Amino acid sequence: MSNEPVNNGRRRFLTAATAVVGGVGVVGAAVPFIASWNPSARAKAAGAPVEVNVGKIQPGQLIRAEWRGKPVYVVRRTEKTVNDLAKHDDQLRDPNSEKAQQPAYATNAYRSIKPEFLVALGVCTHLGCAPTHHGGDFAEFVEGVPNGFYCPCHGSKFDMAGRVFQGVPAPLNLVVPEHSFISDDTLLIGVGPDVNKGAA
Amino acid sequence: MLMKVFTDFMGWIDKRLPVTDAWNKHIAQYPAPKNFNFWYIFGSLAMLILVNQIFTGIWLTMNYVPSAEGAFASIEYIMRDVDFGWLLRYMHSTGASAFFIVIYMHMMRGLMYGSYQKPRELLWIFGMLIFLVLMAEAFMGYLLPWGNMSYWGAQVIISIFGLVPIIGDDLTLWIRGDYVISGATLNRFFALHVIALPLVLVILVFLHILALHEVGSNNPEGTDIKKPKGSMKPEELSKFTFHKQYSDKYDIVDAVPFHPYYTVKDIMYVVGFLFLFCWVMFFAPEGGGYFMEAPNFTPADGLKTPEHIAPVWYFGPFYTILRVIPNAMLGAIGMFSAIIVLFLLPWFDRGTVKSVRYRSKLHLFNLIQFSICFVVLGALGTMPATPMANLIGAIASFGYFGFFVALWFYSKNENTKPVPERIAD
Repeated sequence: MSNEPVNNGRRRFLTAATAVVGGVGVVGAAVPFIASWNPSARAKAAGAPVEVNVGKIQPGQLIRAEWRGKPVYVVRRTEKTVNDLAKHDDQLRDPNSEKAQQPAYATNAYRSIKPEFLVALGVCTHLGCAPTHHGGDFAEFVEGVPNGFYCPCHGSKFDMAGRVFQGVPAPLNLVVPEHSFISDDTLLIGVGPDVNKGAA
Repeated sequence: MLMKVFTDFMGWIDKRLPVTDAWNKHIAQYPAPKNFNFWYIFGSLAMLILVNQIFTGIWLTMNYVPSAEGAFASIEYIMRDVDFGWLLRYMHSTGASAFFIVIYMHMMRGLMYGSYQKPRELLWIFGMLIFLVLMAEAFMGYLLPWGNMSYWGAQVIISIFGLVPIIGDDLTLWIRGDYVISGATLNRFFALHVIALPLVLVILVFLHILALHEVGSNNPEGTDIKKPKGSMKPEELSKFTFHKQYSDKYDIVDAVPFHPYYTVKDIMYVVGFLFLFCWVMFFAPEGGGYFMEAPNFTPADGLKTPEHIAPVWYFGPFYTILRVIPNAMLGAIGMFSAIIVLFLLPWFDRGTVKSVRYRSKLHLFNLIQFSICFVVLGALGTMPATPMANLIGAIASFGYFGFFVALWFYSKNENTKPVPERIAD
């Protein structure tokens, strides 16, 4: 045993240094426990963005894509349909898309990035049934509106921007998922334009 | 002969672990005020239910399959094919609702007799932590049957975390472990429900009781049964023997040992409680749709929202506060505040008189209006949100928070009655 006097300053420093290193160790050890709660690689793969070729869609035609287990409707609207959207605003619950059912970049009169293409979840906001697309014969549900979506379960009606009509059970407009265009003909569902730009 | 074997055995143990001493300190020689009334049974009942939940829970896991594919079917299997599986499940589900009834009554007792006041603040906080963990435990347990109300109820609650600024979306993703509520969510909720939270709960209950025995039990009069050492005449002291940890420090008056006096009393009430419990369990296990909601008898379906999503009744008061505030963010803040103010109750109350018996008429009125508001909020939470319901809910929310604000103001200079020095016979 050494007979040197106790150096208290050194002891305090060593104790503090040990505590700090130990603390770093605890934080490091916590990482795997916290990170394991993130979506697994499998969940990420299943939820990955979906590419859709929209080049071959005819004007007025609807195609269905699947993203995260839900049907996504992609419609190429005719110019007339786009122009007609504003004509029945007074019959809608939320004509200006004030409820957050769409990303900010789709909060416009068409509820889309390009006026031509509507991208919306084919899930009725009432009880989750799939609304049917009526191209040309929608007037039997809403007078004077030739195109729209009609939900066969409880009769909810939506226009060609996925906006819900008044007097039906569905409370909200159809959800517009995050989406962006990789090229003129390729739609990417699940990622917005800002994120996409960065990735490209 | 047998007695001697036992005494020798306990002697051997006590030299190595103070079992007899702990038994005396916390049970056989713990000084409890002699005037406990009906309101003092709920602590024991809560412990009874905790034991029931742990045992039935362990047995349910033996046949439950924690996966999105297997969960719903395994519950049906337990109900139909496992011997007495239906009984174990109904004991567990009825126990969950009974737990909250008992805990709410237990908290009401604390409010009435000022059991949260100095020096019992920490005891109250442990109690509130138990309440918080219990709510998390119940919420996660409700997802496990993987019924449609399980699914959408969880959806609603998890989406509240999405309101946190900036990290909200990532936070909900982290909680769910997937882009929607899925098997990943179910499995982690199962792990937390059966291991993590029960463990925390048991530790908190242990600390709650230790903290209680450190400061001693309050009573309906709110008078202290521990007087300064030497301040009482020998003939005034309680004639019972109490553990020296208590009697060395204080002169103990008007007290009886917890065992056998209150153990026997509690057993009597336990019998009565079990009558009610069994009646519900055997004749109305679904509690009229309040203990088990109708949509939960169909499997979880992410594409089919139930017509009216209502939480289980015990979350009703807090759910109503969330709902009546039109702004989602403020609603969530309101809901969490409703729990935080309860935590802070010992500091809202600036009075020194504990029992409502000796406090002002104003306090009595405040307590009554608070109780009514709480019950009204709870009832509204199970009903659809009509404009009328929202109006009543807003008024009741006002009454709920008003209780604390008013208490803070009037308790400083309250017109109280003199508190008797001793508990009358």
